[in-house]
Order: sequence, then structure tokens, then C-alpha cells
Amino acid sequence: MAFTSVEFICFLAVTVLLYYLIPKRTQWPLLLLASYIFYFLAGGWYLPFIATTTVSSYFAAVIMLRSSEKEKNYIESNRDNMSKDERKTYKAVQKKKRFRILVAALILNFGILGVLKYTGFTLSNINSLIGFFGGQDKISVPSLILPLGISFYTFQTMGYLIDVYRNTTTAEKNIFRLALFVSFFPQLVQGPISRHSELASQLYEKHTASWSVIAPGALRVCWGYFKKLVIADTLMVAIKAIVESPAEHEGMYVVYLIIMYSAEIYADFTGGIDITIGVAQMLGIRVTENFNRPFCSKSTKEYWRRWHITMGSWFSDYVFYPVSICKPMQKLSKFSRAKLGAAVGKRIPVYLATILTWFLTGLWHGAGWNFIVWGLLNCLIILVSQELQPLYDRFNNKHKALADSRGWEVFCQVRTFLLMGIIRILDCYRDVPLTFKMFGTVFYSFSSWRDLFNGSLSDLGVSLSQYAVVIVAIIIVWAVSRKTEEGALFGEKLCSRPLLFSFCAAGLIAATLIFGSYGIGYDASQFIYSQF
Amino acid sequence: MVKKRIISVIAVLLILILLLYLATLILMPKYMSVSKEGALISEYYTEADLGNTHQVIFVGDCEVYESFVPPVLWNEYGITSYIRGSAQQLIWQSYYLLEETFEYESPDVVVFNVLSVKYGEPQNEAYNRMTLDKMRWSKIKADAIKASMTEEENFASYIFPLLRFHSRWNELGAEDFRYMFKRDKVSHNGYLMQTSVVPKESDRVGEELMDYSLPEIGFEYLDKMKKLCEENGAELVLIKSPTNSWKFWWYDEWDRQIEAYAEKNGLDYYNFIDEEGVGLDWSRDTYDGGIHLNVYGAEKMTLYFGKILSEVYGVEDLRTDDGISGVWDKKYDDYIKAKEGSADKK
Repeated sequence: MAFTSVEFICFLAVTVLLYYLIPKRTQWPLLLLASYIFYFLAGGWYLPFIATTTVSSYFAAVIMLRSSEKEKNYIESNRDNMSKDERKTYKAVQKKKRFRILVAALILNFGILGVLKYTGFTLSNINSLIGFFGGQDKISVPSLILPLGISFYTFQTMGYLIDVYRNTTTAEKNIFRLALFVSFFPQLVQGPISRHSELASQLYEKHTASWSVIAPGALRVCWGYFKKLVIADTLMVAIKAIVESPAEHEGMYVVYLIIMYSAEIYADFTGGIDITIGVAQMLGIRVTENFNRPFCSKSTKEYWRRWHITMGSWFSDYVFYPVSICKPMQKLSKFSRAKLGAAVGKRIPVYLATILTWFLTGLWHGAGWNFIVWGLLNCLIILVSQELQPLYDRFNNKHKALADSRGWEVFCQVRTFLLMGIIRILDCYRDVPLTFKMFGTVFYSFSSWRDLFNGSLSDLGVSLSQYAVVIVAIIIVWAVSRKTEEGALFGEKLCSRPLLFSFCAAGLIAATLIFGSYGIGYDASQFIYSQF
Repeated sequence: MVKKRIISVIAVLLILILLLYLATLILMPKYMSVSKEGALISEYYTEADLGNTHQVIFVGDCEVYESFVPPVLWNEYGITSYIRGSAQQLIWQSYYLLEETFEYESPDVVVFNVLSVKYGEPQNEAYNRMTLDKMRWSKIKADAIKASMTEEENFASYIFPLLRFHSRWNELGAEDFRYMFKRDKVSHNGYLMQTSVVPKESDRVGEELMDYSLPEIGFEYLDKMKKLCEENGAELVLIKSPTNSWKFWWYDEWDRQIEAYAEKNGLDYYNFIDEEGVGLDWSRDTYDGGIHLNVYGAEKMTLYFGKILSEVYGVEDLRTDDGISGVWDKKYDDYIKAKEGSADKK
């Protein structure tokens, strides 16, 4: 059941209606039921996987909780009989036990994700190696199912387990409540990756229907559909045409791809997140924002603080920082400082943790070399920028007026946008050598630029009038994001002006229904990030 | 504040509904200058609302709305008739259109063209829309839609056609605005006139098939149609209109299966493909190389079949009924004028 289907809208309407009609204490069980129905309709075979993650995480968290409680009680009751060292030793033993439980749960769940998502990729690479060394016997590559949103719910749930281990959130004692946290249906398609401490309590609270709860949520949903159907899915037609026949679309078309795919993926992903946040809002639940005007970023580092925020912070909190400060890394740092000097030594743990984080970020996006190379290129840009920072600072100090000017800010924003756009086309072609080859054509296929003015762009399946609509829609999205922080438009300010609110909602609905790319001839069912 | 909210939401909701309604009227195809067959279904209701009933109802695909001319049937035999035909009308669509027709009137004879028995599943979304979009809403229409939808279609787009036709916004023409609220008449009681002549040139025959069995579902709907006619006191007559093109070849194997069915169920079946008595000349009586009849061929076919209707089925000559003849003579005059007008243009 895709977000963009009539079935989903009916499902949502019935769920919201029932949610506020039934006794409040049964609201969260209804949400759990709705989430499982939603997931079952996406694919009946997906259920065992999400159930395994739920059950294993529940037991792991409960065992860790009991261990913590036991430790606390034991120390409490033996406070007078134990020395400081004995207490420390006891705590360390208990912590080790909890760590083992955590690692076992992580291995199981990341193992499921790994097997389902990466078996084909791994075996294909092994087969390539066998072929390279002249081997004849190739391993058959099985076709495994990939449950909807598995990367999102696995990461969210594993984040919860790590938080329980770290004592930064409380373990859920009711398995059904945990099941709701894992499967909350608005988030299943493409996140965001919420934290248990922020989301869980809201899920189980009693919620009352009110204008200020439902109206902004509904408007946010409309806004999401507008972005997805009017901008993303219209541009998708042209992008597909370019990518499917690269030999005919060089030079100018690659530049077109860099710019338009950025617009498409932004509208697609933020549109989907708007729908998610809006649906949750209608149910009285605040889901973490996942974007903050990413194309206003002046550097790659800033861009990644603004784009897919919850994924970035997940990797920071659960990969980058733990890896940078782990014992082997500290030893390595010490060793490097001694052998290579302080300047190099202090960089090694950071560099290694950054490389690992971006390698995993790339891999999280998909089982393909294009994603890994994309991740590593991001890493390279960030590390190079980091190394060049003193140079930038010197330049900024020397040319303070220029560095503080609006023009310089726009230059930095455009530079970041293009840089991110260029490496993002790896996701379009999904073939590393082809991507580099196609990017190369920008510098020699000058004849293709004629197509910009002879109407060839409309041969890509998007008419000139459709381009006009998309451009107007992009300007509206840009204007809204400039005027407000992401999502703030949909806050109470607009709701306090019912007439304006109603006109905005009506305008969005009408524009989406008329100008949206959906129905026969379009494939509006898939969100790009739901495949990750 | 609450009152203000409710009023503004309702007001804007009403405006939105009105806007979407108008958008739907503009965006839906009008079928006035091209694909006129898309306008056939809705014309029946004008006739039904005027209280005009018919002795004979034709149902089926293009082979009925291009082969029989109700005004000629009237003029020659005094038989009132209507063709509830549409492009690539599938057998279940014919059944539901017939069921709907019985809600409005009680014909003596129902004539069904059997070509569509060859289809065992939904075929083409565009043709579905031509048949179903302009049917009046009822349980019958809902059933017809459910039976006809291809995999890519969904029911909601029939309830809200804007969901299907919204993408026409960038191909709108003057016709879409001119015919927002009204339509011109395109047919003569369901007959879609074609006056051009494109002779049949090739002697090519239909390609061999792997399997000549007609799908079971076709016979199931024939059973249902027969039962429906019996319940409504009408006689069901099966026909195969004349065609002479390899593209829409009617195989002898199919014909034998229909013959056997008709015999088993006590129905009459007329195959006019090789019926010399009709007097068709394929160098003159077709407008598309033998697939369909033009007006000259359709008149010949009507004259021939009218005789069967009056002699075999005893369909009464109503030309002496002043109330009816006033209306039908006018229809005939209109038909002649249209035919002459169309010939003059050429």
C-alpha cells in the first residue's frame, strides 16, 4: 500500500477516525494493529522479519534492564560489605554481560539485514573474482525478499538497544508497546530513524482530537503529496529517459541530470517525510524533522547536518563517536603519535572513523559499488575540506568583506549544491565507470548544448508546459523554505487563521490532483528512499 | 473561533469541490471531433429520458454501431430500435448495458453481436473508459466497472475521473471548453455514420491460432444475457456482423462453437459474413479496408436484417402509429440530411 495510493488515503482516514472515536486507552493498540495491517498489505512475508527484530530486541532490552536492576540492587544491599574495587569489578562483570547480550542482538538483527540486502551483492562480487582468476564454477545468486523499510526499522531498533545499554532510555517492558515503536506505520516506508526516548512515550500517550492537532498534520500531508507528485514524479520521467539511454544523452543532459535529480530526490524524500510527519501529527505524535533546508548549506559538512538528519545523527552517535574513542583506536592513536608525530597521530582515529562511517552510510543506501563510492566520495570531500579549513580561514580573514557578503554565501551554497549533485548521479546510473564516463562528457560533448534551445528537452517525456509547472512548484517550495524553517509553515500560526489555512489546503489539493504525475502512465508508487 | 473555523473549512471545501468538478468537466475527453464512438453511450440517456422506447435493442462492439442504421430500419420496416454499442465493447459490458437498458424499457428483441465472446479478460483501458465513463451511476455501472478493469486501473478513478484525466491539462483545446456542459449528437440512435470509402485490397486471411477454444467466461455471460432476456420477455438473437479483414478474422472454429451454443440453448444465430443476400460489395461498402461497413454497407445490412426482424420475429410495423411516426420520421429526415451533408463535404 503505497503512500500515493487511494487505498492508503482511505486507510489513513479510517485509522484517524477510529483513533479518536475509540476509548483513549485503546489508541496505541489500534496504532499497532494499523501498523501491522499496513505492513501485511505491503507484503505478507515481511511480517516474520519485523516480528523477529521486535522479539529479539524486546528480550535483549529486558535482559539488559534486569541486569542493571540486579546490579543496582546488589550494590545497594551490599554497600557496606563491598570495597570500591569490588564494586567496580562487579559492575564491570555485569556490564560485560549486558554488552554480550547487546552484541548478540546486534549481530542477529544486522545479520538479517545483511543477509537479505547484501547476499546478492556479495555473491556477485565473489563470482566476478572467480571469473577474474579464470574460475568457471560460479555461485548461484539467490533472489531474496527485502522487507519494506528494513534498513529504517533495523537502525531505529538497534539504536534503541544501544540506548538501553547506555542507560539513555528505559527498556520497554511491554512487548506490544515495543512492537509499535518498531513498526509505527508512517515511518515504515522511509523513516525518519527516530530515537526511543523521543518517540516512544508519545506513541502510548492518550491523544485528543483537536483542530490544532489534525489540521496542521493534514496540511503537511498535502504539502508532501504536492512535492512528490507535482515535482518529483514529473521530473522522474525525464530523468529515467536520460539514464536509460546514456549514449544519446551526454554533456548538457548530464548537467541537467545533476540539477534535476537533486530537485527530484529532494522533492521525493522530503515529500515522503512530510507525509510521514503529517500523518503522525494527525495522530498527535511529533516525529523528528529529517531536513533543514539542505540546499542552503555552504559546505558538505553542513549539508549532512541538514539532509537526512536522523540517519546522519544515527551514524554519528552509534558509529563515528564509539569507533573514534574505542580502545583499539586510542591505542592506534597513541602509536601513531609516537611514530608519525602529533599532527598525523591525532588525525588517524578521526580519519578511520570517518571513512568507516561513510563506507557504512554508502552501504546502508544500497547494495552496490555506486553507493559505496558515493559514500567514500562524500568522505573524501569532507576530509579534504577539513584539511583545507585553515586555508579557508586565512582567506576569510584576509578578505573579510567578501567572506561576509551575500554573494560569497550564495557562491558557497551553489558550490555545495553542485558538488553534492555531481556525486549523487552515481545513484542515477548505478554503475561507477559509466557515471565517471558520463560526467566526463560534460567537458567535451559541447554539441549537446544545442538541445537546450531546440526543444529536445520535451522529447524526454516532459512537455514544456509541464516544465513550467515544475519550475513554478520549485519556486513555491523554495519560497516556503526560505520564509520558514522546514515544516514550520505548517505550525499553529497558519492554523490560527482558518480561512488562509483552508485556502492553502484547497490550493495544494487542487494543484496536486490536476498537475500531479500519477495514474496510468506514471509510476508514483515508489519513493526513492523506500528502496534503501 | 470554533464556529469561524467550521464555516471557513466548509466554505473552502465547497469551493474546492466546485473547482474540482469544473476541472473534471474540462479535463474529461469530449469525443466530439475525434474518437466519436466515445460519445455513444451517453446519448442513449437523452433518448430514454424523452420516454422513447424501442422494439429492438442492439448490443455489442463497433460491428453493431457501424452495421445497422435505426432510421433506415424505421423507414423500411417501421421498426424502432437503438444501438447500445461502443468501441471494443466486451461481453460483460454488453450484459451490464443490457441490464441497464431493461431498467428503462422492454424491447421485444435483443440483438447481440458475438465477436466479443473471444475475449476472456479485460482488454484496453481507453476502450473501457469510452464504454463505462458515461454510464449513469447505479449498481449496474459499478458491477460493469469491476468486471472490466484492467490491472492498471482502479475503481476510484471511475468515481473521480479527474484522477484519470488530470494529465490532459497540457493538451486541452477549444473543444474541451466548448463542450464542458453540453454535447452535440454524434449518432443516429446509436449508429455512427461513416461515409468514406476505403476498399478492401488484400485477400489475406486471419493468422493461425494455437488454440481456437472460446473462453468460458464468454459463454457464462451469454447464459446470463439469455436469462436476463427471458426474465424481461425479450427474445435474444445472436449475430455476427459482416467483416472482411484479416485483422478481425472470425474463425470457422469459433463460429462452430457459437452455433453449437445457440443450438443447445434454443437461440437463433445468424452469421452474415458470407451471407450473399446482403449484397455487400467490399470495394465500396467499407470505410477502412473491410474491417467495418460504411453507410452504404450498413444500409444494405439493415435492409436485409430488417426483413428477418419483421418476418421471422414478427416485430410490428409502427409506421401507422402517429405518436411514434412523428418522432421517427424526423429521425429519418435528420439521418438523410446528415448523410447528404457528409457526402457534399466530400
